[in-house]
Amino acid sequence: MNKLSWFNVVSLTLGFAFLYIPMIILIIFSFNESKLVTVWAGFSTKWYGELMQNEAFLNAAWVTVKVAVFSSTIATVLGTMAAYVLVRGGRFLGRTLFSGMIYAPLVMPEVITGLSLLLLFIGIGLDRGVLTIVLAHTTFSMCYVSVVVSSRLVTFDRSLEEAALDLGCSAAEAFRLVTLPIIAPAVISGWLLAFTLSLDDLVIASFTSGPSATTLPIKIFSAVRLGVSPEINALSTLMIAVVTVGVITASLVSKRATLRQKQDEQAAAREA
Amino acid sequence: MRRFVLIAVPYVWLLALFLVPFVIVFKISLSDAAIARPPYLPQFDWVSGFGAFLADLDFENFIFLTEDNLYWKAYLSSAKIALISTFCTLLVGYPIAYAMARAPDEWRATLMMLVILPFWTSFLIRVYAWMGILSNEGFLNQFLLWTGIISTPLTILNTNTAVYIGIVYTYLPFMILPIYAALERLDGSLIEAAEDLGCSRLLAFWLVTIPLSRPGIIAGSFLVFIPVLGEFVIPSLLGGSGTLMIGKVLWEEFFSNRDWPVASAVAVILLLILVIPIVLFQRNQQKQAEAEE
Amino acid sequence: MNTSVFAPWEDPNAKPLISFRNVTKRFGSFTAIDNLSLDIFEKEFFALLGPSGCGKTTMMRMLAGFETVTEGTIELAGQDIAAVPPNKRAVNMMFQSYALFPHLSVWENIAFGLRRDKMPKQDLEARVEEMLKLTRLEKFARRKPHQISGGQRQRVALARSLAKAPKLLLLDEPLGALDKKLRQDTQFELMDIQESTGTTFVIVTHDQEEAMTVASRVAVMDEGLLKQVATPDRIYETPNSVYVADFIGDVNIIQGRTTTANEGTYRVDWAEGQAALNATSATEFSNDQTCHLAIRPEKITITADRPENADNVVQGKVHDIAYLGNLSTYYVELSNGTMIKAQAANTRRISRRSFTWEDPVWLSWTATAGVLLAN
Repeated sequence: MNKLSWFNVVSLTLGFAFLYIPMIILIIFSFNESKLVTVWAGFSTKWYGELMQNEAFLNAAWVTVKVAVFSSTIATVLGTMAAYVLVRGGRFLGRTLFSGMIYAPLVMPEVITGLSLLLLFIGIGLDRGVLTIVLAHTTFSMCYVSVVVSSRLVTFDRSLEEAALDLGCSAAEAFRLVTLPIIAPAVISGWLLAFTLSLDDLVIASFTSGPSATTLPIKIFSAVRLGVSPEINALSTLMIAVVTVGVITASLVSKRATLRQKQDEQAAAREA
Repeated sequence: MRRFVLIAVPYVWLLALFLVPFVIVFKISLSDAAIARPPYLPQFDWVSGFGAFLADLDFENFIFLTEDNLYWKAYLSSAKIALISTFCTLLVGYPIAYAMARAPDEWRATLMMLVILPFWTSFLIRVYAWMGILSNEGFLNQFLLWTGIISTPLTILNTNTAVYIGIVYTYLPFMILPIYAALERLDGSLIEAAEDLGCSRLLAFWLVTIPLSRPGIIAGSFLVFIPVLGEFVIPSLLGGSGTLMIGKVLWEEFFSNRDWPVASAVAVILLLILVIPIVLFQRNQQKQAEAEE
Repeated sequence: MNTSVFAPWEDPNAKPLISFRNVTKRFGSFTAIDNLSLDIFEKEFFALLGPSGCGKTTMMRMLAGFETVTEGTIELAGQDIAAVPPNKRAVNMMFQSYALFPHLSVWENIAFGLRRDKMPKQDLEARVEEMLKLTRLEKFARRKPHQISGGQRQRVALARSLAKAPKLLLLDEPLGALDKKLRQDTQFELMDIQESTGTTFVIVTHDQEEAMTVASRVAVMDEGLLKQVATPDRIYETPNSVYVADFIGDVNIIQGRTTTANEGTYRVDWAEGQAALNATSATEFSNDQTCHLAIRPEKITITADRPENADNVVQGKVHDIAYLGNLSTYYVELSNGTMIKAQAANTRRISRRSFTWEDPVWLSWTATAGVLLAN
């Protein structure tokens, strides 16, 4: 399986062109002088300048980041707990319901999740704002975190925990000193996933936000409903840039770590 | 004790913020069409008891849904759009996943990253990117006019075609990844064995590769079909007034018409429809997991 | 090791370090350990030997505290340990996978258990250094587990579990992951360390050679039961059942019926047209009782001519020869079809061997060479 046929080459080329050309066009036209997004009128960074002046966007961005940081952090704690319970909890009353509630939000249409949470918040008289968005985001992203973490826990060598207990750790110490450091990469990627999901979410945020708190996706959505604008292109470009740098850095770091590990192992084998 | 806390905290959180809201949706879907403000009648009253509560409930909203053509059509057209776009995504995604699985080892990590990268970028931005391409004076029309294939601009934006393109584009990674995972595990010597036993390349692909990648195809198809069924952003940005999708209807029922009981009834039915593919998907995954053991 | 001096199990007054009293362990409907009683003494190197699924690992995990006992009690130094959680037991375990903490250096791994005891810094450092020296790991103290070889990892695991100076060290297939050559060297190293630290070792293994080499006593297990508990030589020379005889080493089993000849000697009728065999036995057999005569191949002499004055003689022809270098095993087919294995040292070059395939040969052994077993 390593000789690419012309058909394979064409599929890859067209496939990645399809995936990337729209974004590349979007980025290019964020530097367009003209207000018309489809006609090139020369290079300019003025839309970035205007974006920086736009109070509403800046406020929304700030709210979004706040929501994302809080919700992803709480979701990581809850999701890790849930993963631990699912993988290690053994039997307990309502286990099936519990695992159902972990997996259901992953396939639930966002409109339904958003609607139901909104009805809850109104029902208990909670004012809609940053808090309600954080609660909503935490709820659905903790499920993603728990899926990521539990897939790591499943392959975790249990004898490591037993060794820690055997050497005198209490169960909590064994988790803190042994399990957590080892599953840390999964927990971190769970956090990153939760953070991105929160940054990204339009539908649930639309239902659960109030006039006092508007997130960036809500702002973008209401702007793009009116059509394409160079300012949104500039904003999109910034967001794409952040994500790209993040993802590439993360994959380089992890690639380096695996390479290093492999080299160390080979060196150890040679020495022996 | 510690174990109890460990279980109780996420459990209670999910009960309060996932299960209870659904019960509320369900309850409201059975309430009278009192517009927009709580308390949604009838309210549960411990004094009057459960019997009285039940007596007040009715299926008025559900009956309303069956009477109005709009909802029927929206469910049907959501299912149709989800089905067609899932199939298109499979057609586009399979060759890419196949080529990735055949690529040299040292490329795979990079190719993988290239597939995942769009997944991390904002969904909204990815849909938005197509608005500039598909509009009447957009890049696609400019390009086609320039090549001389067409003489007048095509209307693509605000039609179902645009919705299909948007869905294929945004959900492509969900299709590629499970198929790639299945193909990557496929033992190359199986194809060689098939060819050795007299299959042509194409026949070997049809008789060996496709059946062995079936779990990936099924998983990918469900991963696209299920969320597309309730999709809201794509039809509302790329679709037109003729694009009927239930997610959009629900949104409008709620935000524009402010008819909460009907919106809730729409949600309940959508959920019931979704149970079928979700159960099938779950079963496929379970069978996969068992086969691997 | 001088077993004639160190034999607390023969002293009725000796107090066992560990005693299993009628221990039963069930997992659901499956009985892993069936009403088992066993004493293990201080400073012993005790091996639990058996095929996978025989319950040996369950025994070890019950000692470590990872499994609870369904019925019966386990005592450590006279105290019932049922209620003591694993982290409070003066028992440490060396895991089959070694279970080294991948995020900690060799030094930190060894210090891990000591830190839990809040040992003062200086004592802790001294103890870790001592352990590093004992296991010859000084050079690797700063490395992470993935930066050292399999053999070194095994020693780190040993050092880590010994660091807390446990009363009892449990070793779960400690050499299973090493290749054969390294395993043999490490066996002796383990014995040295056991002797120099004076710790009681309980080792679980499915490798009979390993058990025979390292252990002061071996317990052969099968399906949750102890088949025999004895020193390696007794297990080999005087197995108490066909199962044990067959499990340890190579053996010929001849089924027959006993007739008492003299006090302690029996005649075994085993096949039509074959002379009865003579065998001695310490256990008594009644007349016409079904028995199994177990004879090790190396106790059977193979000759081209009929030997004089042998207690037992049978004739056959060489069916197959397995050449092992120093030894050869001859598969000799008797006239009634029975196959008997005989082993002979290759003291002469192959070309000068006096018999080969299809040659008629004589097999002989003394009355004391075999063991008569009832079942």
